[in-house]
Amino acid sequence: MLIAAVIVLGIGTYTMRLGGVLLRERLHLSDSIQRLLPMAAAALLTALAATSTIMAGSDLAGIARPTGVAVGALLAWRRAPFVAVVIAAAATAALLRLAGIP
Amino acid sequence: MRTLQRTDDRALRRDAVAIGAAMVAVGASFGAITIAYGLPTWLPFLMSTVVFAGGSQFLAVGLFAAGNPIAAVLAGLLLNARHLPFGMAVGTAMGTRARARALGSHFMTDEVVAFTLAEPDPARKRRTYWLIGLTLFSTWNVGTALGVLLGGALGDTDALGLDAAFPAALIALILPSLRDRATRTVALTGAVIAVALTPLLPAGLPILCALLGLGTLLRRRPSES
Repeated sequence: MLIAAVIVLGIGTYTMRLGGVLLRERLHLSDSIQRLLPMAAAALLTALAATSTIMAGSDLAGIARPTGVAVGALLAWRRAPFVAVVIAAAATAALLRLAGIP
Repeated sequence: MRTLQRTDDRALRRDAVAIGAAMVAVGASFGAITIAYGLPTWLPFLMSTVVFAGGSQFLAVGLFAAGNPIAAVLAGLLLNARHLPFGMAVGTAMGTRARARALGSHFMTDEVVAFTLAEPDPARKRRTYWLIGLTLFSTWNVGTALGVLLGGALGDTDALGLDAAFPAALIALILPSLRDRATRTVALTGAVIAVALTPLLPAGLPILCALLGLGTLLRRRPSES
């Protein structure tokens, strides 16, 4: 049962991944619709970043995580290297937790 | 021209190492949690290779442990439904040949999509897609194995602040595209919708509702409505 569930989840996920790639071609989208696709992806990625920053499940996340992300976002906005953004975000959240802030 | 920080392959490789290191740690926590739930040892390995979508793997093992595999499949598929619009946006970035697409599609994750879309040069998009995709697939699986082997000795990855690292990485990657005003309005509206709906809807659905942010374009171009 467990093995079947994993395989169904894997095949379903793969179908959606490949399906999007193939759909784009098969649908012969107009230029103005094609221009919307990166915008749609940007909306999905921004929503992922926002929800995983602010929310933990259906509750609000604590203080450490949003603060860490904010530090990283500020560095990214100031065009700091990607590595610095990732390390600063993690370090800020880790240090706040070390100080007892959840 | 947009100026990007990733101007050469060395910079791209360095970025891949940074995100890959974080993936090892989160993959390890996935492996460790699965074993801690009392689930079989082969399960995390099978999931990390066959499913390869972190969020849905964490969600599914929780439901497997609760004895509800059907809910695990449905919730996982709902959470992964965003890959369909991702695939449409990425298109032929992984290559135009059937084999490149069939194999490349499996490596599509949030981070791969973000890295690929952040690269404006079509020729370099392909390199970016494969380098980040293969890096994340291998580090995720190495991490999973470490987690299974080391188990509880790993402790909590939240103590390392990794839960802050991934959203920050996504923000860094999407910031350049948010300089475009229409994209920014769409994306921020979508994010507000997603956050507001998160307490109300099952995981995955609020993210898909972020696509409603595209509705802000209708206001500007009424001829298309």
